[in-house]
Amino acid sequence: MSNISEAMKAAVGTVTARTTSYPISESDIRKWALAVYWPDKPPAYFIDPAEAAKTVHGGIVAPEDFNPFAWASAGHESLITNSLRAGTNDPDSTEKSLGIEGPGLTFMLNGGMVCEYGVRMRAGDVITSEASVGEYSEREGRLGLMLFSRSISTWTNQKGEMVKRTTGTLIRY
Amino acid sequence: MTVNVGDAIPTFTRATGFANWNRYAAVNDEFVPIHMDDEAGAAAGNGGAFGMGNLQWAYLHNMLRDWMGPNGEILSMEVQFRSPNVKGQTVTAHGVVTAVEGDVVTLEVWTDQQEGTKLAPGTAKVRLAQ
Repeated sequence: MSNISEAMKAAVGTVTARTTSYPISESDIRKWALAVYWPDKPPAYFIDPAEAAKTVHGGIVAPEDFNPFAWASAGHESLITNSLRAGTNDPDSTEKSLGIEGPGLTFMLNGGMVCEYGVRMRAGDVITSEASVGEYSEREGRLGLMLFSRSISTWTNQKGEMVKRTTGTLIRY
Repeated sequence: MTVNVGDAIPTFTRATGFANWNRYAAVNDEFVPIHMDDEAGAAAGNGGAFGMGNLQWAYLHNMLRDWMGPNGEILSMEVQFRSPNVKGQTVTAHGVVTAVEGDVVTLEVWTDQQEGTKLAPGTAKVRLAQ
């Protein structure tokens, strides 16, 4: 029996939200680099402005995988008017945000990502993320019938330049 | 830099566990029970707590960056999270060149654990520095 309802199919393509980051700081970039390279030190060009100045970027830029929306955002505009209440770790949060019932599955996992990169993020940048609903699919896995739902987010900087476009796959079972 | 199809690039290796995952959770605000708590990880069918897919993603980027240097460019990456990174594993990011077109290089990339089981296989496209 499928977990993909007609309401879920109809929601594909919906633009759900627009989120704006606080300006990125060099400290944010340093902490990120320290965490993802730990326990070794990250490359000096993520830490030391003088080293970063020697690169084609002319200064410190963030690792491509940096997330400027962690912990807090400067603004969040929900483009869905009739969302249902959902907890942060609710597997049905995607559907509830759209105002429809989710499949009610218990567990969720990060199934994978596809990402195209544009310009690098650097200190002072304000990033805007636009989120939309991608395709649903399902197949049998080692833990039973697995639901795959995709979300698309497109990030641009304050100049309107594309920073990255990510399609993420959430697996629920 | 001369690059040919079939070349293996230098790997990036980390011993993994709460010390890595908690630091990543701290910068990414990713305090999800399956990554923080063995009981929650076991309830999800993985024997205990397991690491973030996003950190595997980061290790693959680190590998490409360390190989290319700061003037190279990661154009795209696609990765599937196939197997959980459980506590105590030594995770290694690998890359093998599959195509070269001018300064644009396509690689098969993956992370694996110490016994060779692939955790996160995928592909990446980069532009090498001039």
